[in-house]
Amino acid sequence: MTAPVIELTDVSRRYDEGPPALDGVSLRIGAGEAVAVLGPSGSGKSTLLNLVAGLDRPSSGTVTVDGVRVDGLGEAASARYRRAKIGMVFQFFNLLDDLTVVDNVMLPAQLVGTARAVARRRATELLGTLGIERHAAAYPGRLSGGERQRVAVARALMNRPALLLADEPTGALDTASGEEVRQLLTDLHAEGQTIVLVTHDLTLAEACATRTVQLVDGRVAADSRLESVR
Amino acid sequence: MSALGGVVRSGVGRRRVQTVVIGLVVMIAVTAAVLGGSLMVAAEAPFDRAFAQQHGAHLTAQFDAARTTAAQLAASATAAGVTEAAGPFPITTITPAEERGPVRPITVVGRADAGGPVDAVTVTEGRWVTGPGEIVLHGDIRLPPSLQPGVGDVLSLPDLPGGPALTVVGVARSVSETAGGWVVPEQVAALTAPGATAGYQMLYRLDASGTAAQVDAGRAAVQASVPAEALTGARSWLTTRTNSAGNTVLFVPFLIAFGVLGVLMAVLIIGNVIAGAVSTGTHRIGVLKALGFTPRQVVRAYTVQALVPAVVGALLGVVAGNLLVLPVLAQTNAVYGTSDSGVTPSVNVLVLVGALAVVAVTAWAAASRAGRLRTVEVLAVGRTPGPGRGQWAARLAARLPLPRPVTLGLAQPFARVLRSATVVAAIAFGAAAATFAVGLGASLNEVRATEKHGDVVIFPGRPMSAPPPEGGPPVEGSPRVASGPPPAPDPVAVVEAITAQAGTAGYSGVAQTEVTAAGLTSAVEALAFTGDGAASSYEMISGSWFRQPGEIVVARPFLTATGTRVGDSIVLTDHGRQIPVRIVGEVFNPESRGMQVLTAVATLAAAQPDLRAVEYFVTLTPGTDPAAYVQALNTALSSVEATAEVVEQEAEEVLIVINTLTTLLTLMLVTVAALGVLNMVVLETRERVHDLGVHKALGMTPRQTITMVVASVVVTGLIGGAVGAPVGVLMQRLTLGEMGRVTGFELPASVVDVYTPVTLALFGLGGLGIAVLGALLPAGWAARTRTATALRTE
Ligand SMILES: Nc1ncnc2c1ncn2[C@@H]1O[C@H](COP(=O)(O)OP(=O)(O)O)[C@@H](O)[C@H]1O
Ligand SMILES: [Mg+2]
Repeated sequence: MTAPVIELTDVSRRYDEGPPALDGVSLRIGAGEAVAVLGPSGSGKSTLLNLVAGLDRPSSGTVTVDGVRVDGLGEAASARYRRAKIGMVFQFFNLLDDLTVVDNVMLPAQLVGTARAVARRRATELLGTLGIERHAAAYPGRLSGGERQRVAVARALMNRPALLLADEPTGALDTASGEEVRQLLTDLHAEGQTIVLVTHDLTLAEACATRTVQLVDGRVAADSRLESVR
Repeated sequence: MSALGGVVRSGVGRRRVQTVVIGLVVMIAVTAAVLGGSLMVAAEAPFDRAFAQQHGAHLTAQFDAARTTAAQLAASATAAGVTEAAGPFPITTITPAEERGPVRPITVVGRADAGGPVDAVTVTEGRWVTGPGEIVLHGDIRLPPSLQPGVGDVLSLPDLPGGPALTVVGVARSVSETAGGWVVPEQVAALTAPGATAGYQMLYRLDASGTAAQVDAGRAAVQASVPAEALTGARSWLTTRTNSAGNTVLFVPFLIAFGVLGVLMAVLIIGNVIAGAVSTGTHRIGVLKALGFTPRQVVRAYTVQALVPAVVGALLGVVAGNLLVLPVLAQTNAVYGTSDSGVTPSVNVLVLVGALAVVAVTAWAAASRAGRLRTVEVLAVGRTPGPGRGQWAARLAARLPLPRPVTLGLAQPFARVLRSATVVAAIAFGAAAATFAVGLGASLNEVRATEKHGDVVIFPGRPMSAPPPEGGPPVEGSPRVASGPPPAPDPVAVVEAITAQAGTAGYSGVAQTEVTAAGLTSAVEALAFTGDGAASSYEMISGSWFRQPGEIVVARPFLTATGTRVGDSIVLTDHGRQIPVRIVGEVFNPESRGMQVLTAVATLAAAQPDLRAVEYFVTLTPGTDPAAYVQALNTALSSVEATAEVVEQEAEEVLIVINTLTTLLTLMLVTVAALGVLNMVVLETRERVHDLGVHKALGMTPRQTITMVVASVVVTGLIGGAVGAPVGVLMQRLTLGEMGRVTGFELPASVVDVYTPVTLALFGLGGLGIAVLGALLPAGWAARTRTATALRTE
């Protein structure tokens, strides 16, 4: 494996109450990998993802992403880090309901300062690739769950991130929609996108992951490479 | 009740910002109301109370004894509308020789008795007159004690045959101000100068006397009941009443304006705050109702939630108001001779009850809407408003060539039109208050500026070689040397020096004297001018400046008091000589309450051939250094008994008080407006906390977040300012109009038109300033919300 894109060293995250959400986790993920983080509810999966995204800071240990020490970044620096390197997809989409689909997708580029016309061209292109360009002018509330998650993926890819993070991307979807999103992520990985996804969905893990990490009570219980024949 | 108590406690605790905002807003509104209410009481009560106790004269009339008889006058008591009358009392004017100040003619009335059905005079010192040779003087409460005559003083009357003298045996106060002094009736004939016409005074009470028109009708009825032209003058109690309120009448209209603004704004913002609390609490209300709370209990819980901080705020406001009013009352006490030591209890109670009632009603109205919602409806209410109203604004804003955080913020107010409208109103109030206050301050300072009649003043006496004993600079117009006022300087020498001096644009010499005018019971001050400079130093209202002897210029109160108009002729009496003059112009001149007569020295020459200018005012050509001018002029004047000095206007105490109050009240209203904005932004931020989390997850920096939140109040602030500034101008006009009406002045354009387009634009932008001020704090909070936490609120 070449230099890791993500490197967690002895990372713990404790809250004021209860046992630590993460407890001494060390993990290296290389470029082009697709890692599925598995584990029961409350085992610390989302916490792990938030630390990688710079949305949260570890109580101890270091988090390095693409050569950047993420655990020590200030608010502004972590925002800049996120828009440069990270795309995020959530279980409940987290689309902005008062913006149209295309405005949602354009937003990360516009926050960087990209001109509206340029951002719009790229967003339309992405929506086309994901097969939802006809909804560009619609509001997210009108879309099905699967369509919304595609919009969220398009938005996550807007700034061509080094890393795509997905937290239970199929968790709120019916079987058919889940299948659409699964296919989408598999295709992205095939194109070389590094992906870390949190899921309960073993089918999803098997379909698109090259490696699974099992979390139990905030510790890595298992870490295994799958034989991907792609 | 304990379940309800729990809800209230946790509600107050959870909505800390709203609780603080309610408390502050109520406190500020109550402070302003207590201040305003107290001043109104102080300004109105003393005169009316005293007037009622003395059975004051609604109409004080003066008659020519040559044209009517005492019997005819006594019969005028039965004229229509007259309920009671006193008199006829013989009346005359005396001019005692005075060592202590300027010569002041005194209107003397012959009255055997201080009491009577009308104008029961209160003897404040000594006793009433019992025989000839005695006089009781009217104690003018407004004069400093050192200028008040005292019991035991002797007034000598050298102008009268035999040079009689009167001993002051008492000081009395007539609220109706019917005379400057009283003697026994038999004495009056001896005090009337040979050749002067004898007169009578009658005092009337009318059954209708509330308006000038009613008093006028009474005067007409009296006039009709006596021979033609017998009535030589009449004074309405309304004039006296107006004068008695003194400078503080100036406060009243603008304090009322501020009070009304404060109350309206408090209602608006309290309504906004409560409605906001209810809307963000809708889900909670649903839960409460699902748990078995009745709608009534919900309403009560939310009403009490608002009342808790309101009570605290109102009590603090009462305390603050009571403290702030003390220095102001010290002023009014000096003006009225009252001894008010604090706020009238009724004002405190009224304001307290009123403010809390407003809070309770607003809270109840807002909460009862939530209380009526069906539980399922409430529980089903979603978090985000969704793409409802304001889509067009969002689309439009997105097209603007501005950074995305800015355009996101700009569109925000259109999503919640009603809430934004109330905030627009709050900002408009703030902007209006600022515009109004600054404009009014400028107007009052312009009034002050009209009292400055030159750049350099020359007064009699030589400059002192040593610094003045008190260490401070000598007060303008005060005598330079210890032993009595120096004589007027040689006019020829002074004028020569002035005209020879480089930098002189114009000058005028002023002699001050007193005259009586037909229709007036007390003497008025007359300024007699020489030179050419005075015309340009007064603001003309109508007509023209006097151009020749026999022409006078006066202010509106003089016209009102004498019932004359510009163009009319009137007879002045100076040292017993009657001088017919024509009123050729009206000026704005607040000196002597607008009762000054301005004329040429030559007009009074028949009565006072030796009248000489005492002071000279010089206007300088632009660019002349006053200090250097004064120095050069004093060198030129070295052989003359006169000294030149730069005219410095010390700030007048009343003006300081008005300016302070204005600043204070403006700050209060601006604060309240900013608090309204703060509250709204806090609500919005709380409602959008999840969206904020999303923005941050997508890479929005803290600075971009602050930009977005601040941009969200820009439209509101601009509209508020654009509405508020013109409203402020309107209020300034109305208030000045009211001030003019109450004080009896016609205000010149320089006082009224104080706004320039640039200042108006600045006040319009002030609304934006208020909005940004209110948004900054919550914007900072929004920037600091923890993204991970925000996203968990799913
Ligand atoms: N902001 C927080 N405050 C307190 N405890 C938290 C917070 N976020 C997560 N936790 C706790 O940390 C643990 C791990 O949570 P999470 O990472 O969300 O689990 P998963 O995503 O695997 O379900 C849980 O016990 C959760 O209650
Ligand atoms: Mg999770």
